[in-house]
Amino acid sequence: MDEKKRNEAYNRYVKAKIPKTRPWPSLFNSFWIGGLICCLGQGINDLILLWFPNMAEQTAWAYTLIVLIFLASFLTGIGVYDRIGKFAGGGTIVPITGFSNSITSPALEFKHEGIIYGLCVKMFTIAGPVIVVGIISSILVGLVYLFI
Amino acid sequence: MYYLWVFLIGGLICAIGELLIIKTNITSARILVTFVLVGVLLEAFGIFDPIAEFAKAGINVPIVGFGASLAKGAIGAVKSRGLIGAFTGGLEATAAGIAAAVGFAFLFGLIFHSRTKK
Repeated sequence: MDEKKRNEAYNRYVKAKIPKTRPWPSLFNSFWIGGLICCLGQGINDLILLWFPNMAEQTAWAYTLIVLIFLASFLTGIGVYDRIGKFAGGGTIVPITGFSNSITSPALEFKHEGIIYGLCVKMFTIAGPVIVVGIISSILVGLVYLFI
Repeated sequence: MYYLWVFLIGGLICAIGELLIIKTNITSARILVTFVLVGVLLEAFGIFDPIAEFAKAGINVPIVGFGASLAKGAIGAVKSRGLIGAFTGGLEATAAGIAAAVGFAFLFGLIFHSRTKK
């Protein structure tokens, strides 16, 4: 019983401490920053196709994503991406740049625990579940398409 | 003028993510997982390509596009190679993104030091 009371008190404490975000400004910021990141991707894709007109569309997209991932990883390294993230929330998490940030950020943070057990292991704290769920669901979709 | 669609659709997807964060306080890992699943489902039901036709990067750059290419790879490989395609297709199609993300994270992880938590 005592434990239950303590948990309740703790939950109240956590609720009081969670930073309150005003919904409308943060939604608006997510919207325009997210939209801008997508436009940046479109711009990179158009430039690649302009320079290499014979490139297959899928290859051009792969290069586009690699460039975006590179930029996000670099900006995370110099500490800029997280500053934008504080302002834009979902706008920086949902694009592929957020995926890149979610790998680079823990890699940096846990480097002090060692290259293998810190950097290499903690890299996947957020990306791990994403890749696991992605792979499993792609196997299931493939199996379904095999039988229809 | 298609940049307007890219901006609107991309922004909308991100705003939906932010709305989920505000309403349910879910972590960014769950956001990413949810959107990857949405992408896989959109592709599996054939809804993704009609949207990507006009939304282009607006739906390809959000992690939804990552899920869609996982499913697209698996479906394509199953059609051309049978059962083994279900296992190879998804990762083949997304290999560039995953390899780049891991590679750059390792590189910049070695070069830079954490600045967010001092």
